[in-house]
Amino acid sequence: MTPLIFFIASIGAIAGAIGVIALRNPFYGVLSLVGHLLCLAALFLLLHAEFLAAAQVIVYAGGVMVLYVFVVAYVGGSGESLGASHGWLRVLTPVFVGVLLLELMVATLGSGLKAVGTEGADIQASFGSPAEIGELLLTRFLFPFEVASLLLLVAAIGAVGLARRRSGFTVGDAPLDAAARSASPPKGSGTMAEAAGDRPVFGGKVGDQ
Amino acid sequence: MNIGWYLAVSTIIFAIGAAGVLTKRNALVILLCLELMLNAANLALVAFSRMWGNGDGQIFAIIVMVVAACEVTVGLGLIVAIHRRGLAVDADELSELHG
Repeated sequence: MTPLIFFIASIGAIAGAIGVIALRNPFYGVLSLVGHLLCLAALFLLLHAEFLAAAQVIVYAGGVMVLYVFVVAYVGGSGESLGASHGWLRVLTPVFVGVLLLELMVATLGSGLKAVGTEGADIQASFGSPAEIGELLLTRFLFPFEVASLLLLVAAIGAVGLARRRSGFTVGDAPLDAAARSASPPKGSGTMAEAAGDRPVFGGKVGDQ
Repeated sequence: MNIGWYLAVSTIIFAIGAAGVLTKRNALVILLCLELMLNAANLALVAFSRMWGNGDGQIFAIIVMVVAACEVTVGLGLIVAIHRRGLAVDADELSELHG
């Protein structure tokens, strides 16, 4: 049973990865990546990393990919004009990737580690469970855990600054804020005022209808 | 299943991601391919963790996921900022810093 699940999941993961680079529309690329991540979560389950599989599905397939879908919808899937790069890069890339693949295969499979050819060491039933991961994170890896939380905070603040309305972090942009506040939002953007009906809704006053 | 199989799958996914980063011009798709490479590394880490019967590799994979999430938020913020300025989200055309 395990080989069957492994081959289905790994073929799904590789197919999802190929879909990301083969599909022209970025939106379909994101969906393909979601399938890839789900297959990878199945592989994690086979490796007794239950907590990591759950985190993969919830954080990646659930959170990060939703962010991607929003940005693709905002920026627009201008896939047709943004194809592959220059001609020489197109020719050179398969060679480079082939060499990279060969080298990584040699590095991992030909490493002389005897355990690569086995199913792994004997493990306890609690291996990879949330309890064990939590204990490791709060005892042996407490410092990396805290650094990771700090990194998340910095990234969140940075993203808010980057995606601000006009020009990112600038000092003294109070006039901009005032102008932005006084300007009426675009029609049909779903504001509370529109819902209350005291603003033009979709090309006409409410009273005109 | 032998650990070597998982490592082979991770290697293939990493190579596919590298190919995407090299050939694609859309910055969004380049970010997606970076995700592929990070996930391939995660799979290798978890496979090695299983190989030694030790949870340290899984902690490493969780930290990699945190770093990937940070990279995605900042990268997508940059893409949104570029788009707001009316520029194309094209890694080849955004070459003002190219000396």
